[in-house]
Order: sequence, then structure tokens, then C-alpha cells
Amino acid sequence: MQVKEATGFVPTIVAFCCNWCSYAGADLSGTNRLSYPANVKIIRVPCSCRVNPIFFLRAFQRGADGVILCGCHPGDCHYTTGNYYTRRRMTLLFSMLDYLGIERNRTRVEWVSAAEGQKFAETMRSFAEEIAALGPNRRLADLRCRKDAEEAGITDERGSGDAV
Amino acid sequence: MRYDEIFAAMLKRAKELLADGTVNRVIGWKRGEFSYDVTPAVFETPEELDAGFVYDAFCGANVSKYLIRESEKPGRILCFLKPCDSFSFNQLLTEHRIRRENVYAVGIPCEGMADVKRIRAAGIDGITGIREEGERFIVSTLYGEESMDRREALAERCLCCKSKRHPVFDELIGDEGEDAPDDARFAEVARLETMTAEERFDFWRGELSRCIRCNACRNVCPACTCENCVFDNPASGISQKAAADSFEESMYHIIRAFHVAGRCTDCGECSRVCPENIPLHLLNRKFIKDIDELYGAYRAGDKADARNPLVNFTEGDAEARIVHERGKA
Repeated sequence: MQVKEATGFVPTIVAFCCNWCSYAGADLSGTNRLSYPANVKIIRVPCSCRVNPIFFLRAFQRGADGVILCGCHPGDCHYTTGNYYTRRRMTLLFSMLDYLGIERNRTRVEWVSAAEGQKFAETMRSFAEEIAALGPNRRLADLRCRKDAEEAGITDERGSGDAV
Repeated sequence: MRYDEIFAAMLKRAKELLADGTVNRVIGWKRGEFSYDVTPAVFETPEELDAGFVYDAFCGANVSKYLIRESEKPGRILCFLKPCDSFSFNQLLTEHRIRRENVYAVGIPCEGMADVKRIRAAGIDGITGIREEGERFIVSTLYGEESMDRREALAERCLCCKSKRHPVFDELIGDEGEDAPDDARFAEVARLETMTAEERFDFWRGELSRCIRCNACRNVCPACTCENCVFDNPASGISQKAAADSFEESMYHIIRAFHVAGRCTDCGECSRVCPENIPLHLLNRKFIKDIDELYGAYRAGDKADARNPLVNFTEGDAEARIVHERGKA
């Protein structure tokens, strides 16, 4: 089941999941037959710390409406400290996106362990609903990468070029 | 000290150090096409110094980045560093980018540098030189001399100067300066933070859409020192030319600022060289402000043994959701 807004908007969501906890958590939610939205496209990474800010921006560029990063709980990182660095890096990135006026709720970090299949499904459901409510990503979209730009109502958001 | 006094002291010291063999070369500033168009240059003899070396209120260029290449060459190089440049120099030392033993650093005092864009904005054209007279700048032009209030001609980064102290030096010209209070630096960032997301988005679209991707901000930045830049990679997602759409503008500037987060010394060179007057320092300062607020006060380039907050952590760090909860009372 995909999460869909009444307007017919089907969001695309990219979830970066660390190999050791969150990807296994996604697996567990599957084996437990818990459903989570089909909008969520999972990309497996060796550690949440592997994800650098460009990954987030690239996901938005290539058509994501929301990007979520899942990793081991702080203190449980397979590589001991990777997710501590992730936490600082992503906090600063999200703050910068917010500073540029890009909707802060399009990005999220959640810690999901290998035993938290339930939490994984719930997190994805709530995130997908939030993104569906926000509508298509306009402020950080690359027109050239979106075949559905016209239907989704995405236009070039560039200003007139005058200083504000 | 006045600019001409500093200049005389620098020239004298440079000649002495060249003569006694302490250094083999001197990096300083020379005139470009126009008097305000000053560019860093290397001098090897006293004659070259007499012919080309200049120092005045237009010498805002930060020479510390040049020392990466220069310190690789045989022999020792003398550099004159303003406090801003000293912080950048120290940060580069922290990152092991400069061979310290090949550099002789002389700290010079700085009372702020003039911004030619602001002088022009005041309606003064045909600029041929600048000197100071008490609290005023006298700008000589093709059409005569114009007097200007000092604070109206100073660059924005100098109006909210972060420090007049040299974190590292071999010797000093003038007195040892002090840190300046920090509040003024973040006033503009704080103002933007109080705007709504829509207003901020419009503000940054208006600014960033002027970007012509000349890469001057990247090339001048003393923190941007990678041999191979991520944007030189054809697979980076954005091309090395004027942005094709709004995404490329945002991407370039977010990543440029992020890659120097925790290492930016706020020298303001990015905004100085921007041909489109984009206030790029506001992006860097946002990171500095966030780091200060979230992870404790940190000043890049202050202490050579300090750990960059982005490659450091504590177990009790704030979660990323702090950004989402911000402003929700």
C-alpha cells in the first residue's frame, strides 16, 4: 500500500539504512508481516556515517520528496562511534536546509535497531504521511530529473535575480 | 598603527630578513590592473620589493592559502599575516597542509580593510588610491579626492571584526591585539533565523540565483584546500558551469559551506571575491553559530591542537530532531 494524498500525490521517499541495525530492522518488519508504505525506497549503507550531505541532496535532485536516515542507536554502532558523527553532521545539515528555507520536515534521522521491526514500520508510516501532507518537493528539486514536473506543478523556483 | 607605518615597518623587516638569509622569498601584495585590485605576490629581492610591494586599505587578500604551495618549495618564505590570515594559517597548520619550518610568519596589526564595492556604492568612481586621515579615508579618484567616513568604507567583515589577536606568529609588528566580542558577527544570521521559511527561501533564491559559478569563493577560501574538489567530479550531480536550475545553485552553496564547516575561520574572503555580491559568509557563519550553540564555543584556527567539532562527539549531543522542534513553542 502506498501512502497517497487526496490530491493523488504519491510521494517518493528514500531511506538510507545502515547494514547492521536499520536494514535488519526493515527485514524484521518484513518477516513479521508488518506493512510499511511502498513509497519508501531503501538504500543500504555500511554505516549511517557513510551518508554525507551530498547523498541527501542527490536524493532530492533525483526525485525524492523526503529523505530519512536510519542507523543504530547511539552507543550501539557496529563501528563503535560512526553514528555519533552522523548525528552532528545531520543536525548541522538539517539546520542549514532550514536556514535556506527548505522544509525541515522533509529530512529526518531515526535510530532503529535490528530488533525494532515494529518501530521501523511505524517510523516509515509516519514519515510517509508527513511527506504526503507536505506535497511534492519543489524547493530542492531538479527540473531536469523529474519527468512528472509538470503534473506535480514543479516550476523553476529561481528568483528574479534581484537582491532582496 | 596607520597603513603607511605598517607598510614601512614591513618593508624594512622584509629587507633585513632577506639580507641576513633568514628567508629566501617574501609573500606580500602587489597592484593589479587598478589600485584597488591588489593581488598576493612573491618577491625575491629588495629591488623587487621596492618596485612592486604595496600595503594599504585595499590589501584585504588573505595570503595564507598561498603558503601551501610556497612552503613546498625549497627555502623559507616570509609572510605578513593580518589577524584573520593568522587564524587561517593556524587552521592550515592544524590540518598539516603547510610546512611550518619553511614559513616565517610576521603578524601585522589590522584596523580593518576597505571594501571597494562599498566605496563605489557611495557614488565614488574612478578610484586611484586610498589613504587615511584620522578617522576618515581619503579616496583619490580620477576626478579629485573624496573624503569618506571610515566605517562607511570598511568591509562588512571588518565592521564586526572577530579578533585582533594573532594565534600564531614568529614575530609581531605592533602590539599584540585582543579578541573582539562575538555578538555583532551573528546579528545578520540571527535576523534571518527569525524570518519564516518562505521569507528565507525567497531571500536565498534572490541571492543564490545570481551565482555564475565562477568558483572564486572556492578557489580563494583558505579552508577549501582539497587537491581534487568534489565538484570537479563529473558524477557529482552538478556541472562545473553556470547553474542550469535552482537545485544546482543550492547544492553547490550548501556543500561548499558544509565542507568548510568547523574549519572556516570566518575570514570573509568568499564574500569579498564574489563578483555577484552574494553574502556567502552568512552560510559559513550559520554553521559557526550552530556549532557554538550545539557543541560549545569553538573557533577554528585558534588553537592548533583543538579538535574540529565535526570529527568529534559527546554521548549527550543533541539529536537531529532539535532542528525540527525549533521554533515550535
